[in-house]
Amino acid sequence: MNFYSDNEALKFHLNHPQMKKCVDLRENNYADKDKFDYAPENFEDAMDSYDKVMEIIGDISANVLDKNAEEVDHEGPQVIDGRVKYARGTQENHDVLTQAGVYGIALPRKYNGLNFSTVPYVMAAEIVSRGDAGFANIWGLQDCAETICEFATEEIKQEFLPRIHEGKTCSMDLTEPDAGSDLQAVQLKATYDEAKGMWMLNGVKRFITNGDADIKLVLARSEEGTRDGRGLSYFVHDRAWGGVRVRRIENKLGIKGSPTCELVFTNAPARLVGERKLGLIKYVMSLMNGARLGVGAQSVGLSEAAYRTALKYAGEREQFGKAIIEFPAVYELLAVMKAKLDAARSVLYETSRAVDLSKTYAAMVNEGVKLTPEQRAEMKLYQRNADMLTPILKMFSSEYANQIAYDAIQIHGGTGFMKDFPVERMYRDARILTIYEGTSQLQVVAAIRHVLNGNASKLIESYEQEEVKAELKPLREILKRMHAELDKAVETVKGMGNDELVDFHARRLVEIAGYTILGNLVLLDANRSEAFRKSAEVFVAYGEGMVQRHASFIAAFKPESVEFYK
Amino acid sequence: MSFRIVVLAKQVPDTRNVGKDAMKEDGTINRAALPAIYNPEDLNALEMAIQIKEKVQGAEIFVLTMGPGRAAEIVRESMYRGADAGCVVSDMKFAGADTLATSYTLSMALRKLAPFDVVLCGRQAIDGDTAQVGPQTAEKLHMPQITYAEELVKVDAKNIIIKRRLERGVETVSSPLPCLITVHGSAKECRPRHAVRVMRYKHAAAPNELAQASEMRKAKVQADKALQIGEWTAADLDADPARLGMSGSPTKVKKIDNVVLVHKEAKRIDGSDASVNELVKELISTHIIG
Repeated sequence: MNFYSDNEALKFHLNHPQMKKCVDLRENNYADKDKFDYAPENFEDAMDSYDKVMEIIGDISANVLDKNAEEVDHEGPQVIDGRVKYARGTQENHDVLTQAGVYGIALPRKYNGLNFSTVPYVMAAEIVSRGDAGFANIWGLQDCAETICEFATEEIKQEFLPRIHEGKTCSMDLTEPDAGSDLQAVQLKATYDEAKGMWMLNGVKRFITNGDADIKLVLARSEEGTRDGRGLSYFVHDRAWGGVRVRRIENKLGIKGSPTCELVFTNAPARLVGERKLGLIKYVMSLMNGARLGVGAQSVGLSEAAYRTALKYAGEREQFGKAIIEFPAVYELLAVMKAKLDAARSVLYETSRAVDLSKTYAAMVNEGVKLTPEQRAEMKLYQRNADMLTPILKMFSSEYANQIAYDAIQIHGGTGFMKDFPVERMYRDARILTIYEGTSQLQVVAAIRHVLNGNASKLIESYEQEEVKAELKPLREILKRMHAELDKAVETVKGMGNDELVDFHARRLVEIAGYTILGNLVLLDANRSEAFRKSAEVFVAYGEGMVQRHASFIAAFKPESVEFYK
Repeated sequence: MSFRIVVLAKQVPDTRNVGKDAMKEDGTINRAALPAIYNPEDLNALEMAIQIKEKVQGAEIFVLTMGPGRAAEIVRESMYRGADAGCVVSDMKFAGADTLATSYTLSMALRKLAPFDVVLCGRQAIDGDTAQVGPQTAEKLHMPQITYAEELVKVDAKNIIIKRRLERGVETVSSPLPCLITVHGSAKECRPRHAVRVMRYKHAAAPNELAQASEMRKAKVQADKALQIGEWTAADLDADPARLGMSGSPTKVKKIDNVVLVHKEAKRIDGSDASVNELVKELISTHIIG
């Protein structure tokens, strides 16, 4: 079994036409080829390496992660003397991936990284998540290295980054008992110790995934007397420096393999990352966007696992003399699951490409490269699209993962409710996806600006300009109608002239935009490959229904009715 | 100090996933229908080689495989996981070799490679299941051998200690080096391919493969000795032609019968008490039970 090579959709997205631009830019005219014997010579060589490395991860996910998942779910991690001990399987998963040399996949080669584009990086996370969505957190936290790479000094980068490839794990320590969605309330205190030349951290962090990591990024209050986000800075802490104790780990509904820790910092030494006071405003937002992309990958990987399990069962289980998949009630469920899965995956990689290009341009600017006016315009466009698509992806893919896992149990009937089958674990694992790294409600807050100011509409227009095959034209027409409904709904809500009402309808507006964007993406996929034709038909029909539902709610809404909801 | 570990590895048809086209009409294996894979126990041997390499400073792993030209895939696969170099021993003159001729060929190749410190191979290959090639090769080279190895206990420049898996237990033995070790499937599974090694060694090629390779690959291989997979023919081995291939093989396959199990005498009974009684009586009367 191989969770990469058994899934044609992954190859399809990996080979998107825009990849040439992503890889050419990322490899900077393949300049590393004379410095590193594993660097690609050209685009084809890079793509071939992506393919081969995805195959390694697909092999490990199918033959190690997936096999360990059930045992890890039962066993979970433990705290022993203030330290976390992973479940046996979790440790094995991590060790095998380390042995395969795939950690540090997106870091530059000079830090022992593989310098892969965001697309294969995200794909690796998707493949890992299909094997064990809980383990995907430990894997995904290498994102912290991306933040260090983007914002820390060269000295810190040299000290920490090469260790990622050796399997050193990371954690991002943001949340506190009184600072969850509202990170401006963070209290953990950082004071500078002149004698040691280090910052000292004191306080408590809570709900910290993989809290006993080797390398920690910690959000702390460095400016005494401040109370908001502007007093927060970002720090890096090495576990070897001591001062952090795991007080307890949470007993959770799902993702049991990934330890969720409560941490006590007692004079824990740390070094500043980037500039003071930009901790929350700049660095955490960047890290958070990366983490949201990661949750998107996790959601799609889990959805793939749940869908496949359900499809297999529906083909094998016989009732009333035939396989249950032959009943309309079941095949419709499966078709909609598949359509949601394909749509979520499509927006996952569309977002990844936008993130990739905007990040590569930003890195070029950081290194003093002077961009051409066209490149500057492109950088702005991709940054805007990445900002808009990331929350839409996070919300849609995580909600879909929950719906798909729910339907997967439904297809299994009573059997699915039992611990003997993996779907109940997937269902529990899925539940956190709409919550952490910003709830769906907060994704709406992040995305609504782009819906109100017309960015979403512009993006949809750009999709509409791509020519499609004749047989897909009817779908294009439906999508154009959905687009018109979006513009109309935005105008209606804006016309209500009241911020509270905009907030009240924000989710509906973001969803209308989301259905239209996802629908367009699946349509374009169907245009490139017949394999997505059914999903395009099913998703657009489903999306249109959802859009109409929201549109008619908004159209019929009387501003004063908001009082009934209080 | 150099310390050379040689792994004898074989490319085999994947007999674990046999479909209906696995055998030709004449009863021989239809190689085209079966994917060629790394013999599973040879992968255990490669893992043990890598473990030895990790313990002995300056050690290097050389992979030797005998087979058709495409067996260079085995060398590359080994490189992906930790081998440093390798060679394909390939010649039409080797065709039809039984275990005697194969072990002779391998021993001649090893003589050419000498000096070496440890030779590792899988206990047996899944296409022949003889478990003879390793021991015969050791005999021909007058080397001590440890068969059925399960775990590397200790190794240094002069000695090796190995835990062997036997039918009714384990046995820990020590041997001076050089020695030959055949590794059992219960030994540690081979580690995965290493991403960086894959990206580096995917260009590695044997001379016969370079003919169809891209210009980029040709240039890379030419410029980097580490990417050159060796290719030895019978002429390179200084071997006695009479002991190679078919002529060196006393084992002659006269005829292969295609055994098809059919359940022509199968009897279907329903689950009623009467039928079960009937069946039990019949089994007792024919002395199958009772």
